[in-house]
Amino acid sequence: MKVRTSVLFVPLLLVLLWLRPMALNAQEPPYFVTYSHVLEEPGNLEVASQNIGASPKNASAFYGQTIELEYGVTAWYTAEVYFQGQTTLNDSTIFTGWRLENRFRPLRSEHWINPVIYVEYEDISHADKSFLEITGRHVISDQAIANGLLRSDVERSVEGKLILSSNFKGFNVSENFIAEKNVSNEPWEFGYAIGGSHALASHASASNCQFCRQYFAVGGELFGGLGTRYDFGFDSTSIYAGPTVAYNSPRNYTITAGPEFGLNANSAAVLWRLKASYEFPQVRDLFRRSR
Amino acid sequence: MKRVSGVAAVMLGACVLMGAADGSWLKRVPAGDKAKVNPLAGQKEAAEAGEHLYEEACSRCHGKQAEGKGNRPTLISERMKTTTDGELAWLLRNGNSWKGMPSWSVMPDGERWQLVAYMRSINTPATAAGIAVEARKSDGAGQ
Repeated sequence: MKVRTSVLFVPLLLVLLWLRPMALNAQEPPYFVTYSHVLEEPGNLEVASQNIGASPKNASAFYGQTIELEYGVTAWYTAEVYFQGQTTLNDSTIFTGWRLENRFRPLRSEHWINPVIYVEYEDISHADKSFLEITGRHVISDQAIANGLLRSDVERSVEGKLILSSNFKGFNVSENFIAEKNVSNEPWEFGYAIGGSHALASHASASNCQFCRQYFAVGGELFGGLGTRYDFGFDSTSIYAGPTVAYNSPRNYTITAGPEFGLNANSAAVLWRLKASYEFPQVRDLFRRSR
Repeated sequence: MKRVSGVAAVMLGACVLMGAADGSWLKRVPAGDKAKVNPLAGQKEAAEAGEHLYEEACSRCHGKQAEGKGNRPTLISERMKTTTDGELAWLLRNGNSWKGMPSWSVMPDGERWQLVAYMRSINTPATAAGIAVEARKSDGAGQ
């Protein structure tokens, strides 16, 4: 897979999506790493391109892209597949792997804290620079190694997350606890992500507007590694935090952007992120007989 | 054996789909929520804003005129007329996820009350009669 092809494809996709008249608002909190208890609506398919760029000290600048396909199987179960690639300055452009994830909401009513169970299988090389989460001992200096060496080291692992999330008065607060196990003989690795966000308006506008405050949300997130089962803790791993802003268009697409700042010497100074997604409503109706 | 399993699966599916519109969720609404009153009740602007929210969040499943689609129920019905504002707001916040209705808790309270105001405005006797006529027409055209 050539990442450059998808880079050209994204602006074209955005233009096409702008022309579509269908209305729908995804209402997801503006996070890149943190998951909330908001699942995909049943029958909807969301296609997203998550882009990240950084220029770390002592390593070449890179750009990573992740294509996500998220489908709401039921109101309590969402399935998602990811395809990831990256390009590194003065090095190469490569496909780094894929992930298959499932999220289940076990409780049928809204509570003060809402749990979601997350189970994922991933097949990703060490050349991956998507930063979709951080587990174990992740240090930015590892990114200085050439893609040719990193890509041959493929990690197949099972990952679980406990997602806890709360909504109150327009605020969302979400906490994720991550545990990852390589299927080969490597120890459990841990990580965390915390996010908070708020919609810019508490009421919708009665006018038919495109850029009303109700379509914007602001927030922030903090995430990092927690080492392994043998050396659990915040030391010798990276931590990032930063603000995010999202525009949930009434025309089905969402754009989320924000910088994430490295908080210690193991982290890159800044990760620049941009996510563009489009939701195809009620895709399953295409496969049903007309009633 | 395969045929028996198939029939069982179809029957189970049918039970689940019928359950989606049976109003059983009403039994789960706490008394405090049931008694809540829409702070935006009777405000024309709230219903108009609610209409936009409906188009954006609800119409793909429940139909542009809330007439229902497939196994997803109509939102213009006798039950909707007798359901309290508090019960509707509770359903929007909690959803009925085991029956297919997602939670809209991420939507601010004010927006959910606007949606309730819109639901109320389309559940007047005149609107319901108009929708019923439209439904009969489309049924006739389809036959």
